[in-house]
Amino acid sequence: MANAAAPVIDSFTVTLIIRRFNPEVDSEPKWVDYDVEMYGTDRVLDALHKIKWEQDGSLTFRRSCAHGVCGSDAMRINGRNRLACKTLIKDLDISQPIYVEPIKGLPVEKDLIVDMNPFYQAYKDINPFLIASDKPTKERLQSPEDRARYDDTTKCILCAACTTSCPVFWTDGQYFGPAAIVNAHRFIFDSRDEGAELRIDILNDKEGVWRCRTTFNCTEACPRGIEVTKAIAEVKQAILRGRA
Amino acid sequence: MPQQETADSNITYHTFDVLIVGAGGAGMRAAIEAGADAKVGVISKLFPTRSHTGAAQGGMAAALANVEEDSWEWHTFDTVKGGDYLVDQDAAEILAKESVQAVIDLENMGLPFNRTPEGKIDQRRFGGHTRDHGKAPVRRSCYAADRTGHMILQTLYQNCVKLGIDFYNEFYVLDLVMNDGKPAGVVAYELATGDIHVFSSKSIVFATGGFGKIYKTTSNAHTLTGDGVAIAFRRGIPLEDMEFYQFHPTGLAGLGILLSEAARGEGGILRNASGERFMERYAPTIKDLAPRDMVARAMANEVREGRGAGPNKDYVLLDLTHLEPAVIDAKLPDITEFARTYLGVEPYTEPVPVFPTAHYAMGGIPTNIKAEVLSDNDTVIPGLYAAGECACVSVHGANRLGTNSLLDINVFGKRAGQYSVEYAKTAKQVPMPANAADDVIAMIEKVRKSKGKEKIAQLRKELQDSMDKNAQVFRTEETLQEAIEKIQELRGRYENIAIQDQGKRFNTDLLEAIELGFLLDLAEVTVVACRERRESRGAHLREDYPDRDDKKFMVHSMVYQQDKVQKKTGTNMKIGWKPVVVTNYQPMERKY
Ligand SMILES: Cc1cc2nc3c(=O)[nH]c(=O)nc-3n(C[C@H](O)[C@H](O)[C@H](O)COP(=O)(O)OP(=O)(O)OC[C@H]3O[C@@H](n4cnc5c(N)ncnc54)[C@H](O)[C@@H]3O)c2cc1C
Ligand code: SF4
Ligand code: FES
Repeated sequence: MANAAAPVIDSFTVTLIIRRFNPEVDSEPKWVDYDVEMYGTDRVLDALHKIKWEQDGSLTFRRSCAHGVCGSDAMRINGRNRLACKTLIKDLDISQPIYVEPIKGLPVEKDLIVDMNPFYQAYKDINPFLIASDKPTKERLQSPEDRARYDDTTKCILCAACTTSCPVFWTDGQYFGPAAIVNAHRFIFDSRDEGAELRIDILNDKEGVWRCRTTFNCTEACPRGIEVTKAIAEVKQAILRGRA
Repeated sequence: MPQQETADSNITYHTFDVLIVGAGGAGMRAAIEAGADAKVGVISKLFPTRSHTGAAQGGMAAALANVEEDSWEWHTFDTVKGGDYLVDQDAAEILAKESVQAVIDLENMGLPFNRTPEGKIDQRRFGGHTRDHGKAPVRRSCYAADRTGHMILQTLYQNCVKLGIDFYNEFYVLDLVMNDGKPAGVVAYELATGDIHVFSSKSIVFATGGFGKIYKTTSNAHTLTGDGVAIAFRRGIPLEDMEFYQFHPTGLAGLGILLSEAARGEGGILRNASGERFMERYAPTIKDLAPRDMVARAMANEVREGRGAGPNKDYVLLDLTHLEPAVIDAKLPDITEFARTYLGVEPYTEPVPVFPTAHYAMGGIPTNIKAEVLSDNDTVIPGLYAAGECACVSVHGANRLGTNSLLDINVFGKRAGQYSVEYAKTAKQVPMPANAADDVIAMIEKVRKSKGKEKIAQLRKELQDSMDKNAQVFRTEETLQEAIEKIQELRGRYENIAIQDQGKRFNTDLLEAIELGFLLDLAEVTVVACRERRESRGAHLREDYPDRDDKKFMVHSMVYQQDKVQKKTGTNMKIGWKPVVVTNYQPMERKY
């Protein structure tokens, strides 16, 4: 039982092909190859660091926690949105190069960094805070069942992996996108919240939930395992029923 | 609110009443408190919800007594004893008394705590928190599964959005501007453009978090480079209790990623290679729930004496296999997922390899109970505040109890907001010197144009390796001396660096170099303080001075930067000592 942790594995060379763009010199993004010596248990983020630290310091990406909780490093890895810090090299097909590019649908600023502001704006637009008219002096009560009702959508780390995997968002940047709806869900189904109608009105808009085509890309992309499509469906039902 | 900006080449000027540096738990809690009444700005090098408060897992202590009898007085005692009596007891009392309101504030703001069957906030056990002065573990930690910090960070950000707080995200504060000993504002570098911003403000709150990246194996984010602490130090502010750095017992072996103490709070057991529950030998009463310093040391000792597990016998095992999978899924979902993702271990059926990981800075910028920064043992710097992990109040003394930091950031973050806004109401703005940004511009241009031979990543690696080897759980005069020499060597080589990215936009190559400068300063202060404290207390274990020495060392250390090399420390640092505030609890031997 004990040696589960450290099976001795050898390092090997992997090729990363990264879509790079430096706005100060390039007119177009370009693909650049890098060979790095890695272990299977290393993360893609480790490979990016190795390139930045040993080969090319100008390679630019966001990152902080390195274990999938801060939401900084969503990127497209082999055509799928994932967090670089939560993707182990051994879980990719290492006989092939690993393709890394920025998430799609948001303006590229430099290399793997995109302008997240449109994404944050959609989040802010759904009023992402508890709306309650009471002024309690103590804790409000909430049953474990009521608490469980919105548990899944409290896990969101605003990484944008879902929204930028959505074909509707790619063609229509005005669409609120799955992440904003997930965060609306978190409040609509919170028994303490009184803002459901307001949020439902917002999401009943032509750029709201009805644009969702249920392609499930978002659910597959979510690194927190949130059932995004289900959350969107529940918000749709709430709209049809008039409220939560 | 309108803001006054005047463009002067590419320097932008801003003016605020209260300026908060850092948008983690402490910074945003301060912003919410200050927000309603004043012109408040928050500067953060990360988008707020990326701050490392979001990584906190286990919970936040408060004697709500929702599930069993508890009292703030017991909590105060545990905090003092847990800190090996180096805690300032007036501050600990405030921490414990104000904890209940701090939790209620968060609940009222919308935080989704786990609930009891009656619908109250649920509570669980955590290391060092006991009923009636050590009789048995008590359920004091309020939690939201094992993502309590995530929920705190989200809830605080949500409330900042609600209040319309003005954020400057991805702005790196690189200097504190002092005019004649008084704080006038800060200078920041904008990541997106490379532009410089000068912020004037009547009150300034530092809430820049910790600096775990001085070590290699750490639970801390890449961005936790102690910028605020180092900036204060460079501007003549002393740093308090820097020798006390906490190593959390259960980092994923080899990686340092944290598995919360909640795992043991929910019944998890530490075992050595032969399966023995070794904590029974070290802390017979509360065993696996002894404070972190004791557990980390016990683990390191098991490994050192050859009882470690694994092919290299270099870790111990955290056993959760006797817990119901349903309990694990409900209460510890994230950390068990970390074990699966990063080590390929299934915690339902296999024990998880763990080893101590550098986790938390007890020391930092000295403050009083109003979160005001001190320029020596007791002189307040009017208008300058600090809260959270970057500050040292000191409520954690020589060893912080689990769940007391999320509490600290809320209690003292709130206080910083309250007192800074109160001060700004009557204070006059300290004039901003005309050349305020010169030092920062010089520092940046020096790095941007550097053409030396040394690579930043290499220097950082050598620093972190040396700190892990020489200034980790066990320390001696020799290892510390070795670390000081290494740091001084690295400082010399730092003068000869080269970066590759010479651009202005999103130049993270440049910022990593500047962050390394901060790390070198803080590592040196840490090691100097470690060497001067010739006793063992809390997280600081000197193998050459294995006992606690209350006659000489019942005092906080205060390290000051000097212009010249000091004979006593062999560095340009001077060490002073500051009395501990003792109210009710006289030092006793620490047994659990
Ligand atoms: C993995 C992990 C688990 C933990 N679990 C618990 C727990 O269960 N219970 C508990 O009580 N404690 C826990 N802790 C400790 C606790 O989470 C931290 O001590 C606390 O969250 C620190 O909060 P902070 O606001 O001081 O700093 P942070 O949240 O780290 O925020 C620092 C802020 O400062 C900003 N900043 C830094 N430098 C600059 C600069 N130069 N310019 C501008 N902005 C800057 C950053 O952008 C960030 O917004 C844990 C810690 C870790 C690492
Ligand atoms: S729902 Fe999931 S994928 Fe979308 S932003 Fe939140 S965490 Fe990321
Ligand atoms: S670096 Fe934080 S989520 Fe990947």
